[in-house]
Amino acid sequence: MKHASKIYTALVMLFLFAPIAILVVFSFNEAKSLSVFSGFSFHWYRELLRDNETLISVRNTLLLAVSAALISTVMGTAAAVGMNSLRRKYLRAALDSVTNIPMINPDIITGISLMLMFVYVGRMFGMATSLNFGTLLIAHATFCLPYVILQVLPKLQQMDKALPEAAMDLGCTPLQAFLQVEVPEIMPGIITGMIMAFTMSLDDFVISYFTTGNGFQTLPIRIYNMTKKTVTPKMYALATIIFFVILTMLLVTNLRGDEDSRELKRRRRAARAAAKTEKKLKKEGNEK
Amino acid sequence: MKKLIVLVLAALLLLGSLACLAGCGSSKTLTLNVYNWGEYIADGSEDSFDTIKEFEKWYQATYGEKIKVNYDTYASNEDMYAKLSAGAVSYDVIVPSDYMVARMREEGMLLKIDFSNIPNYSYIEDTFKGLYYDPEDAYSVPYTYGVTGVIYNANVVDEADLGGWELLWNDKYAGDILQYNNSRDGFATAQYMLGLSVNSTDKADWDAAYAKLKEQAPLVKSYVMDEIFNMMESGEASIGSYYAGDYFTMIDAQADNVDLQFYYPERCNYFVDAMCIPSCCQNKELAEIFINYMLSEEPAIANAEYIYYASPNSVVYNSETYVDDIGEDVYDILYMDSEHFKENYSEYAFRNMSPEMLDYVNTLWENLKVG
Repeated sequence: MKHASKIYTALVMLFLFAPIAILVVFSFNEAKSLSVFSGFSFHWYRELLRDNETLISVRNTLLLAVSAALISTVMGTAAAVGMNSLRRKYLRAALDSVTNIPMINPDIITGISLMLMFVYVGRMFGMATSLNFGTLLIAHATFCLPYVILQVLPKLQQMDKALPEAAMDLGCTPLQAFLQVEVPEIMPGIITGMIMAFTMSLDDFVISYFTTGNGFQTLPIRIYNMTKKTVTPKMYALATIIFFVILTMLLVTNLRGDEDSRELKRRRRAARAAAKTEKKLKKEGNEK
Repeated sequence: MKKLIVLVLAALLLLGSLACLAGCGSSKTLTLNVYNWGEYIADGSEDSFDTIKEFEKWYQATYGEKIKVNYDTYASNEDMYAKLSAGAVSYDVIVPSDYMVARMREEGMLLKIDFSNIPNYSYIEDTFKGLYYDPEDAYSVPYTYGVTGVIYNANVVDEADLGGWELLWNDKYAGDILQYNNSRDGFATAQYMLGLSVNSTDKADWDAAYAKLKEQAPLVKSYVMDEIFNMMESGEASIGSYYAGDYFTMIDAQADNVDLQFYYPERCNYFVDAMCIPSCCQNKELAEIFINYMLSEEPAIANAEYIYYASPNSVVYNSETYVDDIGEDVYDILYMDSEHFKENYSEYAFRNMSPEMLDYVNTLWENLKVG
């Protein structure tokens, strides 16, 4: 039984990481082949650095992901705060469902409907072309929004409602109470929401495909369009780089997270100890 | 107070999106928007010629004005058509395949080209002119052409079995054969073998081809498009049909125990991809200058070498450096029978079919795939 569970874990790991491992190995292949490894070389990495169009599409993808993540985080956090303060239950349930729709909706429907809307609005204003970086950014911020709300809302619900009230009792203006008390409290939710929005935007293909305009191609679109011929091993090199950058980022945040929680535990312990001494002192005082 | 804030926020959001819709990216420098297939131009990789960059340099040197080329790619004619016909984007130069040129021309989506701006058009010989998709040669300039053939692994397939499309029906190689995953291309293999027209309007012809494909189905390993590259290169499959130019791409990456070879059966499929100017073009003269540049010697040869498809440009196929660079054996395969291109093309290339016929063909194809 014990062995079975080990084998099971190993198999899951294999299926998760074997494709990435193959990709990494073949990005160092000297030849173009995906079947023979003819020698170790940085050939495809050099080729990648010389491929302007691909580098531009990487820059586009990053620019888009960062802007979409920032916009959707600000808007999503504001929306979550608003939704959390709603008193009427049915209204809140309705809003909850509405924000979930874009998440459940297939990408292709979101993409096509956004494109139609942009074209329609563009025609209304008599523009020759309606799609551009702006429409792409609107589309990305739109589909990232629910993920941010989904992360921030539970944090708000977990938060002690007395906290901002206490802050205001002690002289904070509502804005100060929000920025200095509520925001730090829900920060983990905001950060997770932002990271999710960033990754969703980074690997979106379908919606981008329908809403991007002239001269702004993202990386997923560029790779997809290579299929008339073949995808060149340059892309393995690029995927390898992206994978390791993300892996490093993940390790760093996780390690820092560990430190944070250790710090938190230390503080809690200190607080408990302080409470204990206080009780003890009180007791002693009473006895006296 | 609260309501006022909400109002201001809403107004900001609306204005922001409108500004984005209208303004982003519209600058005043001279720009040319090119929409081409992915991996369909020499882009500087593997020490090739960087066509777009060189064009920008050449333009500035010749006309003294800075130009920015926005180069975008698409994966299929239908994708490109969908984007353009929705009026969502605007490009100055596009490169559709023959049947799509015909369709867009009929729908008024192409502009007539002013050939006085394209002196290099004289490099295109008569055999590539007056083809069905543009009988008056007013809307298109051919960029590449190609012919399908049979690719096989000589380590697996006996020499005695070679020669025709029959190889794809040989039950000796059951489970080793690849067929196109696309109705017209798939049907064509059976139609060429049976000597039927690929543009037949007689349903009985299509039924006959369908029966042949049905017969082949148990032998087929899988129905593929670009997956054929990896499957043939690795030896996973041994027989398949694709374009001659792509065969050379496969050889570059074949495994040690694989020996890919190629031959043309008696009847094969032909295609042409041509440069056109769509009606949404913003700067027609600039588009014509670009097309002219693409026909000039250095870029034309570099592109032909990069793409590995045959070029209809006489400056390319008469160039000794070109033949040296790609190798004589490659040249012989790519340009076999090229002087009779027009006759072959007129007889064997795909034409647009009526919607009803297309429906009928697609239904047959779906039945085949369902089994």
